[in-house]
This record gives sequence, structure tokens and C-alpha cells, in this order.
Amino acid sequence: MSTTTLPPTKKDAPKSAPAATTSDRAKSERKLGWLLAGPAFLVMLAVTAYPILQATYESLFSYRLTDPDNRSFVGLENYGVILSDPLWWRSLWVTALITFITVLVELVLGFALAMVMAKALSSIRPIVRAAILIPYAVITVVSAYAWQFAFNINTGFVNSWFAWIPGVGTDTDWFGDFGTSLFVICLAEIWKTTPFISLLLLAGLAQVPEVLQEAAKVDGATWWQRLWKVTLPNMKAAIMVALLFRTLDAFRIFDSIFVMTAGANGTESVSFLAYRQTISRLEIGLGSALSVLLFLSVVLIAMVFIKGFKVDLAQARGEG
Amino acid sequence: MSRREKIWWWLGGALIVVYCLFPIAWIVSLSLKAPSDLNTGGFLPSALSWENYDLILSGGASDLFLPALRNSFGICLIATAISCLLAMFAAYAIARLDFPGKKVILSTALIVAIFPIISIVTPLFNLWRNIGLYDTWPGLIIPYLSLTLPISIWTMSAFFREIPWEMEQAAQVDGATTWQAFRKVIVPLAAPGVFTTAIIAFFIAWNDFLYGISLTSTSAARPVPAAIGLFSGESQFVEPTGAIAAAAVVVTIPVILLVLLFQRRIVAGLTNGAVKG
Repeated sequence: MSTTTLPPTKKDAPKSAPAATTSDRAKSERKLGWLLAGPAFLVMLAVTAYPILQATYESLFSYRLTDPDNRSFVGLENYGVILSDPLWWRSLWVTALITFITVLVELVLGFALAMVMAKALSSIRPIVRAAILIPYAVITVVSAYAWQFAFNINTGFVNSWFAWIPGVGTDTDWFGDFGTSLFVICLAEIWKTTPFISLLLLAGLAQVPEVLQEAAKVDGATWWQRLWKVTLPNMKAAIMVALLFRTLDAFRIFDSIFVMTAGANGTESVSFLAYRQTISRLEIGLGSALSVLLFLSVVLIAMVFIKGFKVDLAQARGEG
Repeated sequence: MSRREKIWWWLGGALIVVYCLFPIAWIVSLSLKAPSDLNTGGFLPSALSWENYDLILSGGASDLFLPALRNSFGICLIATAISCLLAMFAAYAIARLDFPGKKVILSTALIVAIFPIISIVTPLFNLWRNIGLYDTWPGLIIPYLSLTLPISIWTMSAFFREIPWEMEQAAQVDGATTWQAFRKVIVPLAAPGVFTTAIIAFFIAWNDFLYGISLTSTSAARPVPAAIGLFSGESQFVEPTGAIAAAAVVVTIPVILLVLLFQRRIVAGLTNGAVKG
């Protein structure tokens, strides 16, 4: 049995006639368009394009703020230093690991939440919807502290509640080694960001044509078959958008790690490494090079999604 | 739906509510524990104590916490207002006019939204020190626009596209002046979208931590999340756990109020902006 989707329909016919003859009206509309949207566009460029260009330039220098007189041009040496340092590869691996685990769990859990919300009785729907927005709206730092204090060996309740699980006791130090630290960090991230994914997936669920569901039911498809053959293929766009956004967001992880471990036990993420070089060690040259590398990683991930998985954001927004 | 099935979905809903509220309940409970009660390993305090709130609101930590609260409100509200204003014009152009720059602007917004913040922090840290914006309100408001502006454009243009703009002409045909048509017809239709966008942008600015700790050094501009994050390191009191918990509760109150009052709109705004069929 193949997947079942409705044939693509032209959403709207071209609004204007082919622009072979650019009328005065079209010209003035274009001008007005840029006049209105221009300021926002320029501000966006100013707060991102300018800094990344500046960072690219500064990454070519050996430059410490504590020793400004010894600023010298070193070409690509900073990149050489970083790429040959196990610290960079380690933090890249940790970041990728956290991203992979959290996004995977969030996708499954978020889908389950979306299903429940879609089916929730109208009497409890507002309560569920308000509740689900709370993790989204709570500050990441607050969420990180809540989870950190819960697992903390002194202030936490987790050890005394879960002492019946083998390996957990009142003296379990969750932040004592890499694996358990990473577990709690992922838990906090998953708690905080699953609701956002589930809302996007809920919107996707609403787009699955009811007729197809009914038709599959009539044909005797089981719930599981309908899920895999009808529901999921029809909400592919929503899933991909949720995946793209969350992956890139997870890859920037900083707040939770700062609060929960401050990078101890090898839990340093790439953002944290760059922060430490620039802000703590005042190594502007190295920090800039790290920033550029992180930026390139994000671009790479986005390219993989958009080219590789063919995520069409315009189509997902109904603009295709 | 059968009765049995109903009970299952109801149970699922209840489970979601517990999942979402549990960590919040925990931090509230922790904030109400007296220092001697902190390390007992229990979830609930053995006796209610307002000591932690006294500490951050009027006691030893208030000179760290209160200015930070003021900074956060001021900086986030200004950044939200600026980005909503800019986004309003941009979204109007995207929703109503036919011009080739549309795609460029929306893609730019998307790229800015996924930009790694630390890549902006590094160059700004150096630049702000040189031009005197380090540790000032404008020094945070400007980079906050990189957080709030893209989502504002994205969300607002999705809202604006649903406005029946023909009604403006209809009003003019009925004898309203251009200004009247705009004020009486378009403003009421557009206002909910602008308002919802403002809430979402405010959430994002309120959540910032990285800009806050990197581009400030004193309570002149340091926002609350950064102040809480640095409580343990820089302040003198011995056991910051209770104070952090109380501060965490205080900064969570505004967002919870917004969620409770405007939940339906926020959901519409979040999903409209990202996925629309």
C-alpha cells in the first residue's frame, strides 16, 4: 500500500498578468513595497550581516583584549588552531548529540501531545492549551534551574523519589559525570521545547483531509496503517518545518548548559565554547573564528534540510 | 466516541497538564522553603516561608534583582515596540502589495531567526566597548531586534494576509474618507494580529540570556535572566538556591499571566507564522 495524499492543487492562480509590460502601477507598487518593508529589512541586515562580517574580519587576527597592542594579522591560523583542537570536535560532537536526542524525542512526544490535543474534549481543551503554552513561555534559565534543583544532590527530590530504581540512591550525583549530566540537560530541553513542536504538528494535523481518513477507515485500514499511510505523509510539510526550526534551535544550546553544568564533565556545547573564548578569556580572534565556524555549521544544517529533504517553507506557508 | 474512549482522552489531557506544570510547581514550592528546609529532599516545604521573597524584593539581594527586573521590562518592551512598528509596515507590504522583494524579505527574516546568537555576540562585545554601548539599554535593545524582528515580520504578515482588505474600499464607497476607512475598518481588523505578535516577540526578548550576560557588566542594563544566572557567582549570600527559586517565580508570573489571558491568540500566532495551508 502506498502513501495516500491528495493530488496537488494550484492554490491560487497568478494574481497579475505576466509582467511583460511593467505598468506604472506595478512600478509604483514595487517602490511602495520597498519603502514600507525596507526599514525592517535594513535593520535585520544591520544586526546580523554586519556582525558576521565583522567577526569574519576579526577572525583573521591574533587579538586578545587584555593585550591589544599585540594585535597582528595571522590569516587563517585561528581556524587551524580550532580545527586541530580536540576541544572543538568534542563540543561539536556533544552539541550534535544533544540536538539529535532532544529533537528525536521531541518529535515523537510532540506528536503524541498533538494527537491528544486534537482529540481532547472541548471541555478541557482550553486548559490543555494554556498548560502547553507554559513551558514554551517560561524562560529557559528558569526551566534549567528547576530541573537542576530537582536533580541536585542537596536540594533535589528526585533522588529520594526514585531511590527504588537500581543505580539511583540518595547520594546519586547527577551532575558528577558526563552521561547523567547530559541526561538532565536533555530532559530540561525536551520539557521546554516539546510544546512548541506539538503546536506546529497540531496545525499540521488539522491540514490532513478528513475525507482521506474516512476513506481509509472504510477500506478497513487499522489505526496504525492510517497513521503511517495517511496522517504522516499528509503533514510532511509541517513535520519538516518543525524539524528544521528545532534542529537549528537545539544546535545553538547555551542557556541550559551554562546554568546546569557550566560546561563541566565535557558537556560544553559549541556556543558555550565560543562564549568562553570571547567573553571569559577575551580572545577576540579565536572567539570570532569560532563564531564564524558555528555560523557555517548552521548554514550547512539548513542547506541539508532545504536541499536534501526538500523542505519548502513557502509551500508550508501556503505561498507556493 | 464511546464513554471509555472519552475517559482515555481525558486522562491524556490531564497527563499533559501535569507534565507542563510539574517543574513550575516544583520551583514555586522550592521558593517557599526556608533555608533550613532546602536540603530535606522533599517536594513540598515543611512550613511556608516568605524569606526568599523578602531577600530578593527588599533584602540583601534586592539591589541585584530589582534593577534587573526594571531593565528587563524596559528593554524588552522597547525592543518589542520597535520591532512591531517596523514589522507592521513590512507585513503590510508583504500582505497587500505585489512586489518582487517579498520572498527576499521573508527569507531574510528566516535566516536571521536561525542565526546563532553567539556569532552576533562576539563582534558586538568588542564594538560596543569601543563605542560606549556596552552595559547600556540601547546596547541590548539593538541586538534584541535580531530576536524579535524576524518573528514579528513572519507572524504579522501571516495575520495580515487574512484581513479582508476589500472592506476598506467598501467603506470608501459608502462615503467614508480614506482616514475614516483606515481607522474604523482596517485598524480594528489588524489590531489583534499586531497585539498577538507583540506578545510572542515579548516572550522571546524576555527569554534572552546570552546577550544579557555577554553585553552587560553591572545592574545598569543587566536583565533578569542574566542576573539570576549570575546570582550564585557574584552575590554574597551563602545559599542562593532559595533566592534563585523566588526570582525565577517572579519572572515567570508575567508570562503565565499573558498565557492565561491570551492563550487562544498565542497559539494562532505561533502556528500561523510557521505552518499555513
